[in-house]
Amino acid sequence: MVHPDLRVKIGALELKNPVLTASGTFGYGREFSSLIDLDLLGGIVVKGVSLKPREGNPPPRIVETPCGMLNAIGLANVGLESFLKEKLPWLQGLNTAVIVNIYGHTVEEYGAVAAGLSGVKGISAIEVNISCPNVEQGGMAFGTDPDMSAKVTERVVKETDKPVIVKLSPNVTDIRKIAVAAADAGADALSLTNTLTGMAIDIERRVPKLANISGGLSGPAIRPVSLFMVHQVVRAVKIPVIGVGGIVDYRDALEFLIAGARAIQIGTANFVDPRASLDIIEGLRIFCQDKGIDRIEDVIGTLKI
Amino acid sequence: MIEQDSEIIFNKRVAVDTFLIGLKSPLVAAEARPGQFVMLKVGRGMDPLLRRPFSICGIREENLILILYRIVGQGTRIMCDFRKGESLSVLGPLGSGFEMPHKGDMPILVAGGMGIAPLIFLASIMEPGSFSFFAGFGSAKEVVATDEVGSSGLDLSISTDDGSAGHRGLVTELLENRLAGFDGKTSPVVFACGPLPMLKEVAAITLDGVLSCQVSLEASMACGLGACQGCAIRRSSEQAIAYYHVCQDGPVFDVNVLDWGAL
Repeated sequence: MVHPDLRVKIGALELKNPVLTASGTFGYGREFSSLIDLDLLGGIVVKGVSLKPREGNPPPRIVETPCGMLNAIGLANVGLESFLKEKLPWLQGLNTAVIVNIYGHTVEEYGAVAAGLSGVKGISAIEVNISCPNVEQGGMAFGTDPDMSAKVTERVVKETDKPVIVKLSPNVTDIRKIAVAAADAGADALSLTNTLTGMAIDIERRVPKLANISGGLSGPAIRPVSLFMVHQVVRAVKIPVIGVGGIVDYRDALEFLIAGARAIQIGTANFVDPRASLDIIEGLRIFCQDKGIDRIEDVIGTLKI
Repeated sequence: MIEQDSEIIFNKRVAVDTFLIGLKSPLVAAEARPGQFVMLKVGRGMDPLLRRPFSICGIREENLILILYRIVGQGTRIMCDFRKGESLSVLGPLGSGFEMPHKGDMPILVAGGMGIAPLIFLASIMEPGSFSFFAGFGSAKEVVATDEVGSSGLDLSISTDDGSAGHRGLVTELLENRLAGFDGKTSPVVFACGPLPMLKEVAAITLDGVLSCQVSLEASMACGLGACQGCAIRRSSEQAIAYYHVCQDGPVFDVNVLDWGAL
């Protein structure tokens, strides 16, 4: 039997397969290293890194909702300096793409983090979070405005030699406008979507279930929304698109690939099943074998309308 | 730490709405220490989606892990219908365990409701008669008999809110009575697990008396691995990073390191 070729290209970035782990759901990779072989992944997108360490929001930070969860972690992270010193050396020992998700309060801060990661060995690309719903001016302020999205993108592209992926928010009226703005500003690729803003209420105490009041909804509950946005954006821009949103098995992954995503990210499913990403890679391989498909690239963007 | 499908060997009712499930999980059982927990995948589909954290209540015959649970929500309602022979995914053992008492310490175990689970495990590896064990429940029908959970011979002092079994009142009153009897020749060390109001009272008592005390906490968490950062709790002192994560830094904490006012 032929061994299907699962490699994909995201612009200049080459991945051994189209399955990445989504930022904020996979720590810095190491948390999962005793459970799965990370080298089998297409890549790891690490927890968002900001210029200074961030302690994150007060608890409760997460709550389960039907077929999904709300989180308001608040971009808790060790900060750029500690990331480079304490987290990156371990990641450099992996044989998979390491994509660093970055976040800033201001255009300048985004630029500073990008500059700090520029030229650093072992980083395959930068993913720019302009879409976090959980912190004030939390990126989403940038990600819901085409001009601001363009400004952040332009600055990050200028400050780094790495491929730049811009991660888009679904909390907008027309995501294509943001997508086009980021693409025109020089983004190498787009990833979408981040979480959908939502809330849950404790009816006994009549208080929000999250201390932050609102949080980002993720999991299978959002998948159809993310999928449609990927479908829209693929048709609106020429740069590669990475699909994210509620993917839990290889069938979900295929929906995004058929819609035109060149890779996908696994998020909340990592919490439920640490093996989810590897099972999806295996599922894609078997799907291709069963259908006599030589290359996964031949599946991408094959939606018939 | 490992993730493995584990066969359900039994799932029996041990008190009102309270069950003990035995899971054949040799790799988890081999590593588990008292105070550690597992994440169980209780849903078969997408709802409920997330795993549920449970303290390990004991190890039997080297390959069985015991989990004590009470029906409180969607996940535990599903669990109580599990039958012998079915299997479910176990991720663990996770977190830090209790730091074992030193020679000459006088351990006092204080449990509230299902908080008894990790303390039964702890008691099972201590010398019989070398410690006190107080357990509080709502009423007699909620009392978990230690024979039922495979710890026969465990000498428990019970309290109930309504006085239907044991001391009428709070389990923390039993703790205070016991502490009043110390003569200073041995040092009491307290191990506590239970609802937050009870733990706050235990914290107040032990902080006030400058006693060694470890508490096992509960928190909503998605992964149990330190990746989601959902289970944050505030540290007592101001530091660069102000939160601990229950899954990784705990679930067992020294009473001194937490900000009890913020809990």
